[in-house]
Amino acid sequence: MNFQAIRAIYIYEMARMRRTLLQSIVSPVLSTALYFIVFGSAIGSRISHVGGVNYGAFIVPGLIMLNLLTQSISNASFGIYFPRFVGTIYEILSAPMSAFEIVAAYVGAAASKSIALGLLTLATAALFIDIHILHPFWMLAFLVLTSVTFSLFGFVIGIWADSFEKLQLIPLLIVTPLTFLGGSFYSIDMLPPFWRGVTLVNPVVYLISGFRWSFYGLSDVNVGISLGMTLLFLALCLGIVAWIFKTGYRLKT
Amino acid sequence: MPPVISVSHLSKTYAGGRAALKDVSLEIDKGEIFALLGPNGAGKTTLISIICGIVTPSAGKITVDGHDIIRDYRAARSVIGLVPQELTIDFFESVLATIKLSRGLFGKAPDDSYLESLLRELALFDRKDSQARTLSGGMKRRLMIAKALSHEPNILFLDEPTAGVDVELRRGMWDLVRRLRDAGTTIILTTHYLEEAEEMADRIGVIRQGELILVEEKKRLMQKLGQKKLTLTLSAPLAALPASLQDYALSLAEDGRELTYSYSENGATAPIAALLESLNAAGIGIADLRTEQSSLEDIFVSLIGKTS
Repeated sequence: MNFQAIRAIYIYEMARMRRTLLQSIVSPVLSTALYFIVFGSAIGSRISHVGGVNYGAFIVPGLIMLNLLTQSISNASFGIYFPRFVGTIYEILSAPMSAFEIVAAYVGAAASKSIALGLLTLATAALFIDIHILHPFWMLAFLVLTSVTFSLFGFVIGIWADSFEKLQLIPLLIVTPLTFLGGSFYSIDMLPPFWRGVTLVNPVVYLISGFRWSFYGLSDVNVGISLGMTLLFLALCLGIVAWIFKTGYRLKT
Repeated sequence: MPPVISVSHLSKTYAGGRAALKDVSLEIDKGEIFALLGPNGAGKTTLISIICGIVTPSAGKITVDGHDIIRDYRAARSVIGLVPQELTIDFFESVLATIKLSRGLFGKAPDDSYLESLLRELALFDRKDSQARTLSGGMKRRLMIAKALSHEPNILFLDEPTAGVDVELRRGMWDLVRRLRDAGTTIILTTHYLEEAEEMADRIGVIRQGELILVEEKKRLMQKLGQKKLTLTLSAPLAALPASLQDYALSLAEDGRELTYSYSENGATAPIAALLESLNAAGIGIADLRTEQSSLEDIFVSLIGKTS
């Protein structure tokens, strides 16, 4: 195992976060604060409780998940796309590294960043509202599992994309809408029966539901199913990454 | 001594069907400077890229330092440093961070003192904290070399190392390459500048349309294929060559004032003394003489021309 290489990429990628501190940290914190002002104060004053949980507290897991998904994808996709774009990918491909080590380094760095931002979002939310976490272990487990899974997804996007436009395409057109429609700011029980059924096709519903359960013991779908869906998506992303390295898709000719 | 790189029956056909390499076999000796020459698209970069693990071969076998590049890729790649043709640098990162990453990628533990000495050697130490984008073109080129040398490789590939750089920098690069060779590093370079190969290489390979058409020691290549020319300026113009000189391959200039004698530098002694005696016997006076030797460029052009 080439631990030095994993370490080198990890440190290099984390340094990028320090370089772009404003964009990496201030932006999610500011957006969380804005969500609380808009949803917590303006709308929350009309919806006092959802499933016995204060509305302001109810939206916290959804907000964290929203940041976690977008940041995991954006960090990982940019992390691998940038060396492809500037050409420094030759160094990664010619290094004595296995595919697993390359993925571990890039996905590890991207997931670390998004976990840190998830916790920062939680801390920001705690400034606005009292938060109690019923199952802290499962909260962390969902946080880590989701960030790793979506960092892997971001890695796949970073390999697939051949322009900065494409890099933004899936996060903007698919992931963000699915997150908003996945119960970030409402319980799917609040929807009419038809739309409730449609919503269950959205995989993000299961992530948010499981994560919210770890906070309040409150979920839209069974927590076991949430965990199973997350693991299934993780397995799917791992399978795609394995295929990429086996075939050299967009990496080797 | 076994070759440090052994390429056996290597072929590469790209997805579109273009055959970039056709049954190439080549051995590189430890500690030599090997120059790979060839026109654009001949397959030089493909060959280097396959050895370094960037491009997948279609057929054939390659060992580096005795290690198969597919089966034992870690051992094979860890001894190789590559300087690609393009200036590919993370322009927003500092010089030091860039080479620290390169060293780590090849499994080497951090060593600030080595990296510092490397930057000093390449005259980049004063800019170690600068973002790569702020460096001059020559500095960026040296940073590429620093990246390749950061993990102390035994084998260094230089793909067109002096393309687009000024004469002074080119000379500096040549000096660096010689110092590396003297320190025991095997160097494989591709170049368009035949002067560069002539100046530095121990052996030369010529590749054309994916085929390695020649591998030869530079000196022997120059001897075997090089042409020499002796031009004699005559004291008085000649109307025609005397019969006594017909056996020599001489050509008389139109104005009758110069005689040119062409011969191959193939190891055999050219009969120059006999020629001069014959001229003297024929009463032809010589005012001046000069010799010319064909350059590697002439040889290269003639080789490429012959096979096209």
